Formats: sequence, C-alpha cells, structure tokens
Amino acid sequence: MSDPKKTSLHAKHAELNASFTDFGGWDMPLKYGSELAEHNAVRATAGLFDLSHMGEVWVEGPAAATFLNTALAGNMAVMKVGKAKYSVICNEAGGIIDDLITYRRGEEKFLVVPNAGNAPVVAAALAERAAGFDVTVTDASAETSLIAVQGPNAVAILHELVDEAGKAVVTEMNYYAADELTVAGINVLLARTGYTGEDGFELYVPNEQAAELWDAVMNAGTAHGLIPAGLACRDSLRLEAGMPLYGNELSLEGNPFEANLGPIVSFKKEENFVGRAALEAIKAEGVKRVLVGLKGLGRRAGRGGYAVSVDGAQIGAITSGQPSPTLGFPVAMAYVEPAFAEIGTKVDVDLRGKAEAFEVVSLPFYTRAK
Amino acid sequence: MSKVLASLRYSAEHEWVDASTPTKVGITAVAADALGDVVYVDLPEVGDTVTAGETCGEVESTKSVSDLFAPVTGTIVEVNQEAIDNPAVLNEDPYGAGWLFTVEVTEEGPLLSAADYASANGGDVA
Repeated sequence: MSDPKKTSLHAKHAELNASFTDFGGWDMPLKYGSELAEHNAVRATAGLFDLSHMGEVWVEGPAAATFLNTALAGNMAVMKVGKAKYSVICNEAGGIIDDLITYRRGEEKFLVVPNAGNAPVVAAALAERAAGFDVTVTDASAETSLIAVQGPNAVAILHELVDEAGKAVVTEMNYYAADELTVAGINVLLARTGYTGEDGFELYVPNEQAAELWDAVMNAGTAHGLIPAGLACRDSLRLEAGMPLYGNELSLEGNPFEANLGPIVSFKKEENFVGRAALEAIKAEGVKRVLVGLKGLGRRAGRGGYAVSVDGAQIGAITSGQPSPTLGFPVAMAYVEPAFAEIGTKVDVDLRGKAEAFEVVSLPFYTRAK
Repeated sequence: MSKVLASLRYSAEHEWVDASTPTKVGITAVAADALGDVVYVDLPEVGDTVTAGETCGEVESTKSVSDLFAPVTGTIVEVNQEAIDNPAVLNEDPYGAGWLFTVEVTEEGPLLSAADYASANGGDVA
C-alpha cells in the first residue's frame, strides 16, 4: 500500500487538530472535535467540508453529450447548460462502477465528479469508452480542490464573500445547478449540491487557491455558526438523508434498481449505453433484494454487515447504520428480500448475538424544512 | 493529545483503575477520543463477577461498538448510573464523572503505568 494522498488543505486540518482517517486512498479529516457537534452544526447553522478527495473529470468536444449517454446510465444529453444530474456508471453486467454527479458547463463541455476511491477507475472507463467519439477526457482530479459549505446559513455565508451581482446568483441558484462565480476574489465553480440533506454549496477551485478560499469562507462563516466538519458527520448526515454511499449501498455486485435508483436509468434515450441489456433484463425479471430504511425501536444501533431476520430466518443485511443524532433513534439502510420491504414490516437485527427490534420505514429518514 | 493521568494504572485494552478499595474503573481519554461521541454503554450489574482480560460490557459510539474488558477480577460493587443515562460523560470527563463501575478486586490483570500506557498508545501524562 502506498501512503494515503493528502489534499491541499491537509495542513489546515492538522492546524485545527483534526483526527484523520484513510478514505478512498486519502488521508482525510474524520472530525475536528465532536462529530455530533459537527453534525448538529450542519443541521442548525453550517459546516465546512474539504472534499478534495472527490474526482473531477472533464469531457469536452462536439460528441460530449452523445458520448456521455453511452458511458453513463442516465440521460445527460437532455440536461440544460448550467444544470447538474446524479447518475451511475455501470459495467456490461449492470453492476455499478460508481455513482456520480455530472455538471453541464457548455453545449460541448461536462464535468463528471466521481467518488474519491473510484476516480481513477471512472476516469479510465470514460477514456476507454471515448474511443471513436470526437471528445477529450481529462482527469483534473489531482489539480482540483473541492470545499463544501452545507447548512441553513450557507447562503448568508456566501453573501459575505461575493459582490451584489454575485449575491443574486447565489440566492437564485437552483438545487443541482452550478455557475462560475468570484468568491472572496477567487474564481470558483459554485454548485448548489451536497451530501448532507441540507441546503448548501460545493466550490470547485484550483489547488493553489484552496487554502485561501478555505480561510476566507471560515472567517466569513464563523459569525454564522460555521465550523469545520469531517467525514464522520458527513456519513451520519448522508445516512439521515437516505443517500447511498458507494461501497456500502452501491457496488459492482449490485445494480441501480435494487438501490432504488431505477428512475435515473434511462431506457428512453437512443444510445446503447454500457450495461443497458443487462439492466433491461434485471428490470424485467425483478430485483432479488431491495434497499430499505430501518428504524430501531430500542437504543442500540445496527451496523454495516449485521444480519436482518424475520422469525429467526435471515432476510437481509444492514449496509450502513448508526444512532441518528438528529432524530434520536437508531437508523440503518439494509438490503432485504422484496417480500419484507413493505413499510411497517417488523424485523430483528442481530446485534452481536442479541436480537433488537427494528421496523421498515420510508427513506429518507430526515427531510429538512423547506 | 489525549490526557493520561499519572495517578492511575491502565490495561492494554484502554481501561483505567484507581488505587481505592473497592477499585474504580473507567475508559481512558485515549479510548474515548478514538471512539468518538459515546451514545450507549452496557455495563455489568452489581454482584456480577468479572474476570481480568474478559469482556464485561460494551461501549457504543456514533461510529462503532467496542467491547469493554475488565482490567481486574472481582465482584461489581457499584455501577455509575450517570454513565448509563448520559454516555457523553465518557467523552467529557473520562477520569472523573465518566467512571463506569467499582470492583472488589480478588486478582489484578496485567496493568501498565501511566508512562507505559502513554508511550504505547499516545497521550500526554498529566
């Protein structure tokens, strides 16, 4: 194993006394103090995340839209410039190579953002699939940093850092949209996206300016309750918001339909995308397991890998689980046999030898007040 | 760096014991910091016999579950209801209000000095 990679903000995290963890081959801040305090800050005020471990792959050229429609399961060609779309990239068997967000930055220009650990694989798959298309695929992951301001005060914080015209851009930007903007004197790609279930923004910036941007946002945000937030709370926030994590809910062995991602697979588009035939067969046949939300009726939390049973017979397993800081009860996502996926189904989770009562509930667990 | 109290002795599994009789037991600041925010503790009951080096409960944080190992052999005299009702006290004050239980000790397990525990696990002896 090579040493984990460091983001251009690593020294900032060390200064802030972060605990670090290896995530997707990166040495990332797990938490700066209490992960519960960070979680609660994102729900109540705002948190600042370093997400520079995420990948950034540019796809440009006259055939960019058509190419992405063959490489990804979603329909990227119908997306308007300035918008973003959540999608998956599959292999021929319909297995999920990664889930990703694609931003349309021009008629012939897209930015694809894969997960940290998958970025090299996705970049390689895109480059391979681009053969025969009039496009260029450029992996800019190593040069690009990404920070996220997430929480109800995100708009107010960004307003401190932009001019009058910029304020309007920030306020009026729709969810899953992006624009280029000068923030604290730095040109960034500002996107209203996130992985927390709160309002918020993600700011793509060249590595050289990441530290300056981090400091400017931190300074402006302190008065608005902004605190640095690590990957521990990112995981609890996304779990409450019912968002899948690659490696937990999504994998090469799985498929989009069992993960409730059927709606983002486009069979209507003309292009014969990678995995199409397999996915059509999976859809026709029906899935063998389905991702559900589980609510713990006791105090104990289920964890990834714990067995889920009904009447003593195993019917599934938890993929992610922990006590929900916002809701005050244990929550989990689990794959179960479709017969047991109905809301209200009572199940047992094997907590290291003890059966604990859980109930199937609808996802997400948490939805912010609009 | 997490604090390691010079006045206590330690097990390799991150429990501390004090010098009183019955002996008070808790988890170290090193362990509490590594676990993250503690949300649940499962402790032995008064009158239970615990055996040094064997599990006697669980400590659950937002991120994980860890076994609690008895650092000594003996009978449980008292358990800290405050730790059960408000597990965050293990993070806030692991050597004080976050104590877990007291034991009438019949035999000690292998215990380390503060300096040896700190050098093996990181931490500042104070």
